[in-house]
Amino acid sequence: MIDKIVASCEAALADVPDGATVMIGGFGTAGLPNELTAALLAHGARDLVIVNNNAGNGEAGLAALLEAKRVRKIICSYPRQADSHHFDALYRAGQIELELVPQGNLAERIRAAGAGIGGFFTPTGYGTELAKGKETREIGGRGHVLEMPIHADFALIKAERGDRWGNLVYRMTARNFGPVMAMAAKITVASVHELVELGCLDPEAVVTPGLFVQRVVKIARASTAAGGFGQVT
Amino acid sequence: MSGKWTREQMARRVAHDIPDGAIVNLGIGLPTTVANFIPAGREVILHSENGIIGVGPAPGSGEEDYDLINASKQPVTLLPGGSFFHHADSFAMMRGGHIDICVLGAFQVSAKGDLANWHTGAPDAIPAVGGAMDLATGAKRTFVMMEHLTKAGERKIVPTCSYPLTGIACVSRIYTDLAVIDVTAAGLKLIDKVAGLSFEDLQRATGAPLMP
Repeated sequence: MIDKIVASCEAALADVPDGATVMIGGFGTAGLPNELTAALLAHGARDLVIVNNNAGNGEAGLAALLEAKRVRKIICSYPRQADSHHFDALYRAGQIELELVPQGNLAERIRAAGAGIGGFFTPTGYGTELAKGKETREIGGRGHVLEMPIHADFALIKAERGDRWGNLVYRMTARNFGPVMAMAAKITVASVHELVELGCLDPEAVVTPGLFVQRVVKIARASTAAGGFGQVT
Repeated sequence: MSGKWTREQMARRVAHDIPDGAIVNLGIGLPTTVANFIPAGREVILHSENGIIGVGPAPGSGEEDYDLINASKQPVTLLPGGSFFHHADSFAMMRGGHIDICVLGAFQVSAKGDLANWHTGAPDAIPAVGGAMDLATGAKRTFVMMEHLTKAGERKIVPTCSYPLTGIACVSRIYTDLAVIDVTAAGLKLIDKVAGLSFEDLQRATGAPLMP
């Protein structure tokens, strides 16, 4: 019988090796899988390559991984934030590698990995510093840059509801990178607020079909009501 | 010397030029204020890079839900007809040419419409690019909203950008606190300028020839 439900975040991440490439979902406050990221920190794996839109905010989640010096390289689109001090310090000291990727390329490179695409041409970044060293081609009279897929060993995503097949639905803008990271990782670990019986998720509304997901963990719902980062408990 | 348009006046001016039914992405910072001045009776659909079509106004105090935020990470609401989608679909909307207008800030715009808005070139700056390149390159029209001069009085409309580029020949129209300027194949065309400012004074403040 297929049962992807795992008892805890710790159990879901017990086999993450040193040097793993780990995708972490989330955009701003929405959809950050901080419970899974905290378990990754506790697990102790180091020399990680992290894929995320940002490079940590404040003290929790990815910022804690950075502070603990577990991250060798970060692939992201927007590291600089008002509270990205842990990343800033590592970057200025030359202690972390950064691959800066336009956000659309980040999403599409992740999707391409999940979709088995070997590479694709896009006008984004053509003629800019972020295209340096990359193959280019004129297509339809416009300069394009060759971009390669981003694969991962693990993806940590926050979903809203799931079932034992790993089917997932999300909540509003907490969806963001979740569905594409789920496709691109060998082992996708999804936290959900609600586990439902098979067949209870409307088949028209399943956003991530379960075949993309390997492990599902139920976690307590954290408030997303007014209060932002500081008061999500 | 003339006065300058205020930020509100600039936002009103941009909003005035957005047609009914347009799909629009407003970049972080000053461009987000354009949403407050869409004329009554005009229906404009706002797209947010993090996965929303139909972005509504800010929620009432105490009604914020931090699973419903915009690209600036501020809480918003969803209008009837709105929907949510993932990041690859969101950027497919931009990169596939489905966004009619994007409004972005800028450090510099060149005479040919090159845009520099993500890096000042300072060697110890922490870089960040976000969705700027995708928007600038993918939107059907890119409007820039920026001050005409830097705080130090340097021109921001330049012959060629000295800052790292966001996109090549992507800007359609420039809105500043002094003027509204179209980027055309023949060069920069003046559309509108603040009252009391002579064409000569405006040209002096602009680093590329203006056609009156």
